[in-house]
Parts: sequence; structure tokens; C-alpha cells
Amino acid sequence: MAILNYAPEALKNLFRPPVTTKYPAEPAVYPERSRGHIEIAIDECISCGMCVRCCPCGTLSVDRNAGTWSIDRFDCIACGYCVEKCPKKCLHMVAGYQTPGEKKGSVTYQKSPEVMEADRKKREEAAAKAKAAAEAKAKAKTLDESKPEA
Amino acid sequence: MAQVIHPEEIIETIEVDKLLTKVMELKKNHYRISQACAAYVDEKFELSYSFADDETYQYHTLRVVIDTYAEVPSITEIVPAAVFYENEMKEIFGVKIQMISLDYNNKLYRINTTTPLGPKASADKEEEEA
Amino acid sequence: MGKRSVIPFGPQHPVLPEPIHSDRVIEDETVVEAVPSVGFIHRGLEGLVEKRDFNQMTYVAERTCGICSFQHGMGYCEAVEHVFGVEIPRRAKFLRTIWAELGRMHSHLLWLGLLADGFGYENLFYQCWRVREKVLDLQEMTSGGRLIFSVNTIGGVIKDITPEQFAVISDTLNDVEKELYAVLDTFIKDYSVQSRLKGVGILTKEQVHDLGCAGPVARASGVPMDMRRLGYAAYPELDFDPITYEDGDSYSRCLVRIDEVFQSIELIRQAMGKIPDEKELATPVKGNPDGEYFMRVEQPRGEAVYYVKGNGKPNLQRMRIRTPTFANLMGLCEMLKNTKLADVGLLILTIDPCISCTER
Repeated sequence: MAILNYAPEALKNLFRPPVTTKYPAEPAVYPERSRGHIEIAIDECISCGMCVRCCPCGTLSVDRNAGTWSIDRFDCIACGYCVEKCPKKCLHMVAGYQTPGEKKGSVTYQKSPEVMEADRKKREEAAAKAKAAAEAKAKAKTLDESKPEA
Repeated sequence: MAQVIHPEEIIETIEVDKLLTKVMELKKNHYRISQACAAYVDEKFELSYSFADDETYQYHTLRVVIDTYAEVPSITEIVPAAVFYENEMKEIFGVKIQMISLDYNNKLYRINTTTPLGPKASADKEEEEA
Repeated sequence: MGKRSVIPFGPQHPVLPEPIHSDRVIEDETVVEAVPSVGFIHRGLEGLVEKRDFNQMTYVAERTCGICSFQHGMGYCEAVEHVFGVEIPRRAKFLRTIWAELGRMHSHLLWLGLLADGFGYENLFYQCWRVREKVLDLQEMTSGGRLIFSVNTIGGVIKDITPEQFAVISDTLNDVEKELYAVLDTFIKDYSVQSRLKGVGILTKEQVHDLGCAGPVARASGVPMDMRRLGYAAYPELDFDPITYEDGDSYSRCLVRIDEVFQSIELIRQAMGKIPDEKELATPVKGNPDGEYFMRVEQPRGEAVYYVKGNGKPNLQRMRIRTPTFANLMGLCEMLKNTKLADVGLLILTIDPCISCTER
């Protein structure tokens, strides 16, 4: 049992500088790994939609044809699961929290025209290749079928 | 090195009329109630009453599988601490539990839907899908 | 028998930012009976299993509680890993242990601060939370979130702690330990603290057992119950004993938590000394969970039970979280009997209630 047990601590407090930072005046320091918000390097995105499927709160959406990626930052829980799952590693978790706002709304990122063009070309090529392959297959099949008859 | 005590957990499936006897037996063997929960699986209720022994760390679960319309006696007269678990089962799943010693009458959680995880919710979902 | 009247208490608690309501029957100034009611913030997290697959549920389970968030995630992951039957890498086990113990430290410091605030010792409250902030900084540095870690995944962990970060943890723990000796000494020795806590809200060993209490509440009454003994994570390789006190009053519950803060520091040091140097952090799991398991973990507030049941589909059939506060509610009702009305606010605090995770 002691009565003035806390006195030394209390006296020290008189001369200690404040523990808190004066936030808006002094900048807040975030550690390197801070899970603040998600950023996307949109031009590297292949619009695979993996992030949309894995997001636990369904805040992301991807439009492959329009080349957009959108996020409602107020719905995002910053868990980092999409960052982990992204096959191209074009999603990044960066420091700095979402600032408060008056209403919710999603932010849309648009791929640059050059990338869109390249994507379109690639897709057309792929489609052409697939078509050619399918045709070849069909041809082979008809040959196969025609063989026993002959 | 800390001593590890981890006996294999027991899940024992019993008939509903054996429930009270079994609970009494476990209580006599100095088990403490650890949790009780319901699950709605294949159109039947699966009730799990788990008991734990704090010395041997044995975990003993009594499993009762009943039809959704069947009535279950409350174990609260034997184990008073099961009050909240049974109220939760009754409210969230709609298990018909008889004679809970402190019955909240589906007012434990202040929710708008009745039996959100019980059969009714599933029936609604099927209707939606259809 | 004096005149009985009923006084509603809550859902606002003078100290605790959690909605718990109780109607208490009082006779003069003494509480005769207390009927608690919860349910103001039922979120239906257990129902979410129908809509989220078992990987996504990791993040949902973690957000059950803001204080023991890591341990919720760990409990869920361990349960699913048991269903899969996978062994996680040893380094992941140690990392989980370190994070879990950091979580325990900050949770207990939070509680000690709230307790000090509860009996009107505001300065002590500031000091506890000042020290707690350092632990939170460690958590943010290693995992990226101050409270929500999001480092667990089925089969292991996602992030590693680098050697430089270990050095920082070690230094900070030394600081924290030194400061805690100065601050927590007040709880142990101070006259005013003792006069508020000693002999208030006594639960005997038998009562604790009958009412199914868990965690520090049970240990303060002399029940050496500690789920870390079950040997999950890296606890089998660390040396510790459950901390028990015999009195079962509020003061013992306070002492148990103080000792556990120091025990956590000790456990983190042991874990940092023994952590193996491995590259692999997670064992990949294939397929969907099929089976059921009851996982018990020792959270700062006590034993938490995770029940998962899968039937080979991506969505689990049932996930059940039984949080420690749910178990301690009955103990609380018993504790409140025959106490003075003025002590009620404090007594509700001593079980460390976390109503958000109770209702899930």
C-alpha cells in the first residue's frame, strides 16, 4: 500500500513533451508497409478481373472492353487481398488514407489510348489465331470423319 | 518448453431424448460448457453442445440432428450458462427449444428478420432463385 | 426486505464505447439481480459464409473485433487448416505467435487504461494508452495496419518480419517494459486503486466453472485454463505457465492482465530468439474444405471457439465464432449480485467485454 506511488510519474509528466503530434501542422509519418489505399498501374492491367472476384467487399469493377478499373474507396477495407492475388502485380498498397467525403462514389481509372490500341490488336490477333486453330481443327475433324467413309 | 495437452476432440452424435442425460453425465464429470451452436445442414438442424474439461483440455461435443419442426428440451436447467447460446439458436435459426430458463423471446438480438440463418431464409432464397 | 426498484443501465457505458444494456433490480444501493441484454449491433458475420468463399472469410473473420483482430483471423485460419490437414511452415507459426502476443499486449494495455478511467484515475489511463501506442506502432510497422493486420492466409502468413524490424521490436519492447514497470506499479500498489478493486465482484472457482467463464476471469479465480496449452502456432516451443490468482475479485483480474502483459513481452522475446530462418511463409492449399473442426484459441479476453464446417464447396456451410465475452456474460450477471450500484460500471469493465465481437 502506498499513497504517493504515482507522484514520480506525475512529476515527470510536467516536463515531458507531448506524446501526440500536432497532425495537420506536422505531417503524419506512415511506415513503409502501411495499408492506406490501393493504387493501380492501369497500363499494366490486363483486365483479367481476378481482383473483382477475390474482393471480400465487392468494391472493385473491371470493364475489359472499355479498359477501365474502378474502385469505391469508401467500401474498400484495405485488406490487400487483391494486391496479393493480382497476376500482373499492377495493384499496390500505398500509404495515406482515404480522406473523408460528403458522399460515396467510385473512382475510375482509364487505360491510355496506346495501351488500349495494343490490347485491341493483341485480342484481334488472338481471336484470329483461335479462329484459324478452330478452322484447322474442324478441317481435321471433317478429314477424320471422311476417312472411314472412304 | 510448454507442456502441450491436446487430446483428440470427441464429436458424439446422440438422439435428442438422450441429450439431457448426456449433459448431466458430462456435468458430473466436471465439464464446463464451452459453446453451443446450431447449423442448418441438408434441411435439418445440427445442434452442437460443446463441453470442455479445464484440466485435461478434453473437448467433447454432443451432436443432435433433428428435423426443423422437432422440439428440443433446454439444457439450461442443468447448465444455466447455456442461456445465451440457446436463445441465439432459437432466434437466429428458429430451433424450437423448450423451457429456456431465461427466455428472451427472440429479443436477444435486435434484428428485423426472423431466423435469418434458419430454414425460412433458405426457402426465400430458393424462391428468389426460381 | 427493502423496496426494490429496477434501474436500466446502458446501452451507453460511461467508459466503454460498446453498447451493453442491463436491467438491474436494486434494493437500496445494492444490486439484487441483473439481466443483461445485448443485440444492438448484430452484424450477421456468420451469415456471410453463404456469400463469401473460405479465403475471403479470413478477412471477414479478422474484422469481427477491432482489438483481438489478429487472433480472430488466426483462429479461423487454424480451424480451416485443420480441416485441410495442412501443416503450416514453422516460421509462419512463430510469426503468428509474435503478432498474437503483440495483440494481447495492446489489448490488455487498452483494458488497463479503460479500467483506470473507470475508477476515475484519468492520468493513469493516459499513461497506459501512451505505452500502448508504441505497441500499435510495432503492429503498423510489421503488418501495415494499426489494429487490423490482414497478414493471415489459409496455410500461413503473407508478410514476413525482416531482421531490421526484429531489432526495432526488441528495442521497443525493452522501452515498453521499463515504462510499464513505472506505470503498472501504480495498479499494484496504489491505495486508491486497491480500495476500488479489492473484494469487489468476487467469483469463486466453482462459480467460474459452473458459469463457463473463460480467460482472465477464470484465471483470476484460480482456474489454470489457458488454451495456448493446446499447442497451436509456436506455443509448444515456448516456455510459459498460465497465470492464476486465487481471490477472484476485480483486483485479481487486474493483476492477471498486468502479469500477462509482461508474459507476452517474454514470449515475444523467446519467439524472436527461436524463429527459424526460412523462406517459405505459407503452405499452398488446394481444393475446398471438406469436414469440420472446433478450434480453440486463447484470445486476450479468453477462450474463443471457431467452428467451421465445409462440404467441399468454396463457401463454408457454417462458421461459428464463440467469443470470450459471450462466455463471460453469465459470469458478469453473477458478479453483479450483491454489489453496490456505484461499482456496476466498473464490474462490467472487469470482464473486458467486447460486445461487437459477441454479437458478430
